[in-house]
Amino acid sequence: MEDLVLARVLTAAGPAWAAGAGPVDLAAARSQMALSLGWHIVLACLGVGMPAITLLTEWRGQRTGDVHYRLLARRWARALGVLFAVGAVSGTILSFEMGLLWPGLMGVYGEVIGLPFALEAIAFFVEAIFLGIYLYAWDRLPPRAHLLTGVPIVVAGVASAFFVVAANAWMQTPTAFAVEGGKVVSVEPWAAMFNPATPAQTVHMILAAFMVAGFCMAGVYAVAMLRGRRDRYHRLGLLLPLTVAALVTPAQVVVGDWAARVVADHQPIKLAAMEGLFRTERGAPLHVGGVVVDGELRYALEIPYALSLLAHGSPDAVIAGLDGIAPADRPPVNVVHWAFQIMVGLGLALLALSVWLAVSWRRRRDLPGSRWFLRAVAVSGVAAVLALEAGWVVTEVGRQPWTVYGVLRTSEAVNPAPGLVYGFVLVALVYVVLTAAVVYVLRRLARDVPVPIAPQESDVTGYKVV
Amino acid sequence: MPLPEITLAVLWVGLTAYVLFGGADFGGGFWDLVAGGARAGRRQRALIEHSIGPVWEANHVWLIFVIVLMWTGIPPVFAAVTSTLYIPLTLAALGIIGRGAAFAFRKVSAELWQQRLLGGTFAVSSVLTPFFLGTAAGAIASGRVPPGLARGDLVGSWLGPTSLVGGLLAVGTAAYLAAVYLARDAQRTGDAGLTEAFRRRALGCGAVVGVLSAAGLLVLRADAPRLFAELTSGRALPFLVLSVLAGLASLVLLWLRSYVAVRVTAALAVVGLLWGWGMGQYPTLLPGLTLRQAAATDSVLAATLVSLAVGAVLLLPSLWWLYATFQREHTHPTAPTADQ
Ligand code: HDD
Ligand code: HEM
Ligand code: HEM
Repeated sequence: MEDLVLARVLTAAGPAWAAGAGPVDLAAARSQMALSLGWHIVLACLGVGMPAITLLTEWRGQRTGDVHYRLLARRWARALGVLFAVGAVSGTILSFEMGLLWPGLMGVYGEVIGLPFALEAIAFFVEAIFLGIYLYAWDRLPPRAHLLTGVPIVVAGVASAFFVVAANAWMQTPTAFAVEGGKVVSVEPWAAMFNPATPAQTVHMILAAFMVAGFCMAGVYAVAMLRGRRDRYHRLGLLLPLTVAALVTPAQVVVGDWAARVVADHQPIKLAAMEGLFRTERGAPLHVGGVVVDGELRYALEIPYALSLLAHGSPDAVIAGLDGIAPADRPPVNVVHWAFQIMVGLGLALLALSVWLAVSWRRRRDLPGSRWFLRAVAVSGVAAVLALEAGWVVTEVGRQPWTVYGVLRTSEAVNPAPGLVYGFVLVALVYVVLTAAVVYVLRRLARDVPVPIAPQESDVTGYKVV
Repeated sequence: MPLPEITLAVLWVGLTAYVLFGGADFGGGFWDLVAGGARAGRRQRALIEHSIGPVWEANHVWLIFVIVLMWTGIPPVFAAVTSTLYIPLTLAALGIIGRGAAFAFRKVSAELWQQRLLGGTFAVSSVLTPFFLGTAAGAIASGRVPPGLARGDLVGSWLGPTSLVGGLLAVGTAAYLAAVYLARDAQRTGDAGLTEAFRRRALGCGAVVGVLSAAGLLVLRADAPRLFAELTSGRALPFLVLSVLAGLASLVLLWLRSYVAVRVTAALAVVGLLWGWGMGQYPTLLPGLTLRQAAATDSVLAATLVSLAVGAVLLLPSLWWLYATFQREHTHPTAPTADQ
């Protein structure tokens, strides 16, 4: 009897999935997911990277007694309060949307990726609790103790990035589960969490968070220095975050290469799309630039054998092209190829900036004197964010038409309810307003004198940032 | 207890914590809304902001906990609920954005017009969010969410009588809890006038919620007879009795100005309602879908529960420290803080 009911329940879901939402609704759902994830990820990166840089600064302040560090840490903590609140609410929308938009995914595979999300919830608790204490108890705790209350925030931030990306990695390389008749019958939750894509993807993401936070923070002070504020406060405000970002960048390029090799091994169609490779080839070349016209990549610069070498470590390794794949099963090649080019290009540009800083520091123990350096730092934050978004476009658009690679199609995952378009329009409007408000508030915070100046600090005046 | 039951119980504990803590934060927004003009309501708003500020993010995580545990532990239920109740849940989600963002922005904005605009957004979304979440709960309780994807009526499912009562009850409970908690907070700051004001509100609000609950029972009788039967004569009866007694005791304690004790009884009254609903509906989660049919595989449940248990060892003392730190704070609310 129970089995009968169950069978009815499961087949009841069948016809609706098969019919699917209309193409417009599917597009709306994807756009809404992309918008809210792409928005949240910027805040999340700041939420992961900024606390660490802030703590580092506060610690330096306690070690050296230099009041500038303390002021910087306080200012950043104040911005963090706003960023965390907005990051938390935008993340909450995401957890709703996993069900509102993709019930076909969550209703079946929710349990497979449940463990990392449950662990993530624990990390969020730790983060929120200690953030409350760190921000509000600054004057109540002894300096050392206050510093210590910040440590769990950093650890939990990195952990939550790990968990959530591990869940995403499972969607790229699904493992450790079995399905029968539309229901998951067995799962090894830990093995699913540590699937083949997890190590490279999570490390790459966490490093990206530190790059985004470091370059964005440094960028603010570069603008201020370009406007003539070149005192110690502003120099430190630039130097500390920039040093962190510059140390991370070379590692990021190496890890990116690792990520690409994981893609080559496990998601060959995605690799072909990233490279715009249509014919299966031995000794495949690397394509730089170019556009796909009529199923062919044109106007690209070819570097012979480079792709085979990079992906499989041998100049005459075989790389699968898209020609073996039915056109309906291919991701949109132009988008994926260009997103990949943009990410790699920006990554290399940021690497050059980091090297510039390192050389100057080695030679003269100082920032490069050129205004071009400050200009470059001023836009580096934007570049890092663009690289981040481009990377996610590669990952997520590159796995189309699958939501779970090779297992569940996007069209089967989406909510079959009509009218998702209206939801998307509404959500998009809210995000426009929210974006404007966040930008406005952050600019304000950078302009006014935020922290009540203690008597011993009153010689430091006029420390508007921009 | 078998794993599915333990998981459901943990989920319900999370839901209870969200209603008791997150709910009270929404209730604070309700009182912010009705606090009057910018000048007249200033003291009240300051108290509300001071009470919510350090803790709302931690309180809010209970909601995420509930959502995540739902898709981990009972995935088909999560999919059915979110797909059918797409509209109220989207509105609730937007309300959550408005509430959190406006609250954070208001604290750092200087001009009056901005504070008014943001304060208004904070307050209005504090009322709408629990309302929509309440209608969703009502839709589930009255069996209007069938299993499968978007199988229920996209509009009618959450506009039934039980949903409307659920929505009003959610707003009312939130306001009631907030008034009770704030009365004690105001007393601690030594502001007798404000304490009295919140006491009066708690009394009025308590009476309204009591009447609403009674009316809700009548609605259930017509709209969800099975749940009604369980509540009035079945397994769930003890919880209903607990709720009624604790509710009455709260009114008496408020009358006697016993502000610490009433925190406990007010919370118990709400706990009774929630667990009564849960008990009354168990083991059928959605029409034709029982807990056992919906539950995830045991390996997932075991891994999740063990992780949560380990996490709890870490979290409960930290949570305690957070609340303890800022409850003590109330003795000097005017001291400067890092963010003022
Ligand atoms: C600051 C940001 C940033 C920078 C400079 C780079 N990346 Fe990246 N990349 C990301 C930020 C990012 C990311 C965080 O957006 C992604 C999306 C998914 C992920 O795990 O990391 C990503 C994904 C991603 C993927 C796809 C992984 C997948 O689909 O599973 C590859 C192959 C690379 N990256 C490779 C590179 C290479 C070769 C880089 C060398 C310059 C590089 N990335 C720089
Ligand atoms: C753990 C993290 C993530 C999970 C679980 C996740 C999940 C999903 C899901 C379920 C979809 C819809 C199904 C589909 O179109 O295939 C989707 C789409 C998408 N996601 Fe992710 N995502 C994650 C991280 C991100 C991040 C951080 C970004 C940042 C930009 C992102 C970008 C996108 C984009 C662009 C789409 C739309 C794909 C398309 O339109 O073709 N994802 N993601
Ligand atoms: C499907 C994808 C995602 C979901 C469902 C999700 C969910 C959430 C939720 C519910 C919150 C609020 C927690 C709180 O109240 O404190 C949050 C915040 C956060 N999320 Fe996400 N998230 C996703 C993608 C990501 C990704 C890809 C990262 C990677 C870095 C990330 C990192 C964070 C961090 C660090 C926070 C807390 C810090 C902050 O609020 O700024 N999230 N996320």
